[in-house]
Amino acid sequence: MDALQKALDQLDQASAAVRLAIQDLANGNGATEAAGNAAHALSGGAIDPFVFRLAIFVLAIFVGYYVVWSVTPALHTPLMAVTNAISSVIVVGALLAVGISATGAATGFGFIALTLASVNIFGGFLVTQRMLAMYKKKDK
Amino acid sequence: MSVNLASFFYLISGILFILALRGLSHPTTSRKGNVYGMVGMGIAILTTLALAVPSAGGFGLIVLGLAIGGGIGAYIARRIAMTAMPQLVAAFHSLVGFAAVMVAAAALYAPESFGIGSPGAIHGQALVELSLGVAIGAITFTGSVIAFLKLDGRMSGKPILLPARHLVNIALGVALVVLVIALVGTESKAVFWLIVLLSLALGVLLIVPIGGADMPVVISMLNSYSGWAAAALGFTLGNLALIITGALVGSSGAILSYIMCKGMNRSFISVILGGFGGDTASASADDGVERTVKQGSADDAAYLMMNAQKVIIVPGYGMAVAQAQHALREMADRLKANGVEVKYAIHPVAGRMPGHMNVLLAEANVPYDEVFELEDINSEFAQADVAYVIGANDVTNPAARDDKSSPIYGMPILEVDKARTCLFVKRSLGSGYAGIDNTLFYKDGTMMLLGDAKKMTEDIVKAFDH
Repeated sequence: MDALQKALDQLDQASAAVRLAIQDLANGNGATEAAGNAAHALSGGAIDPFVFRLAIFVLAIFVGYYVVWSVTPALHTPLMAVTNAISSVIVVGALLAVGISATGAATGFGFIALTLASVNIFGGFLVTQRMLAMYKKKDK
Repeated sequence: MSVNLASFFYLISGILFILALRGLSHPTTSRKGNVYGMVGMGIAILTTLALAVPSAGGFGLIVLGLAIGGGIGAYIARRIAMTAMPQLVAAFHSLVGFAAVMVAAAALYAPESFGIGSPGAIHGQALVELSLGVAIGAITFTGSVIAFLKLDGRMSGKPILLPARHLVNIALGVALVVLVIALVGTESKAVFWLIVLLSLALGVLLIVPIGGADMPVVISMLNSYSGWAAAALGFTLGNLALIITGALVGSSGAILSYIMCKGMNRSFISVILGGFGGDTASASADDGVERTVKQGSADDAAYLMMNAQKVIIVPGYGMAVAQAQHALREMADRLKANGVEVKYAIHPVAGRMPGHMNVLLAEANVPYDEVFELEDINSEFAQADVAYVIGANDVTNPAARDDKSSPIYGMPILEVDKARTCLFVKRSLGSGYAGIDNTLFYKDGTMMLLGDAKKMTEDIVKAFDH
């Protein structure tokens, strides 16, 4: 009998605790919503594009970290050659400068950048291709 | 094309670049990976042209630039010898660095075509990103030029230690920060070019004191820098492909630098501070004990290897210099035809850039599944009858394992002294790149084969017929 009473008491306490927790949760929800609204108002309804770029940048560093660790050491030279080639994607900046810029100086700078980057794009990918073609398995 | 659609395409090209690197996890997938990279680059270029349709004259210039650059690039890629790969990669890094400087200059002179404001009213944030990009780009440029000259032998590998260089470098660094602040305040072109000038000088000063032995770290580090420069300009242009690529290349170079440092048991900081390696006089303490060296001939070597069950070949930079990889493969073929098991062991810092030896062996048609990394093969030396060391030196020095007073103590080595006989091909008995005497030469199981690596290997092949 005693044990039953004790158990009922505990159940009571437990349900009270749950009620409190739910109340807390509701209040809490309200609070976060309010904070979110405030933040939204503060940022003028939009987040600075810089934040998005930074997020992508940081995530890409992590992706790069894991992907590069999985590269076999035997291919580290081709890895350097191909990273070199893809970093020439800087050519997009050169294209903007040459294609649509208003001043002569900017066009000139852009043209130099474009030429150098194309050396890298073609040279980098082709030399990587040449190297990778040499890696062969034992013929049996 | 709308900006949103363009961003989407840039994202696709970024993903293709990730897949290009992912492909390199295995030789069989690597070729497909390289194609992904090319497609990604094509998408990025076409998207840019569709987003900002160039004028007729501009289009002509673009085709001209692509043709000139592409022609030169394709020619070099076809002609370059595999042994010259470290120089080539250094030269390519310098081009990325210079291109970054030029793109930043163009953005400053014509900000409206990059959407970062108008002349005299460029956004402050864009100016900060732009100056970061230009500074890292300029450092990459001159640093890579120095690395190229050292790797190509046009400049001594000896570290050049200028007085008070750390102070000068710090002063230059502080001056750069002040100038960047000034640029944001004034948007003055003179300040911009001053930043370029100081960064160019800093690039030279940073690389000049680093000795030839540390070149694998330097070249990986510059790889990383070229990535960060691209990323900084990616922020200026708001271009996803550039940001993703910059981050990938930056972290890739950083990881390679870390692997190279670990392979030499040196901290990254001590490499940067420089002064290690080069042609410094032998640092070995002459302990007064007369030490004898056992010398052998090609005939002795041929006899030992033909009667062995297992031969492990340890190539190093000397093999690349002597262009001995083809002769080496021929020797290995003869041994295999005679029932000898042949394997290749490669130390992480063998050669002048990461993975250099693997490419040379692949060029000589050595199957990649006969080539092993240090951790995978070190335990096998104890069962090998012959270790054939060709052009490697410091990476086999037992002092790195046994002698706590050695400057290279703690560096992981290939344990060739555990093999029953160690055949050591070397031009002379001089010390290696680190300027340290190799105690391996005086061990009982070592037989020195003095001579040119290629000639010695060819002589051994001839001696097989006797």
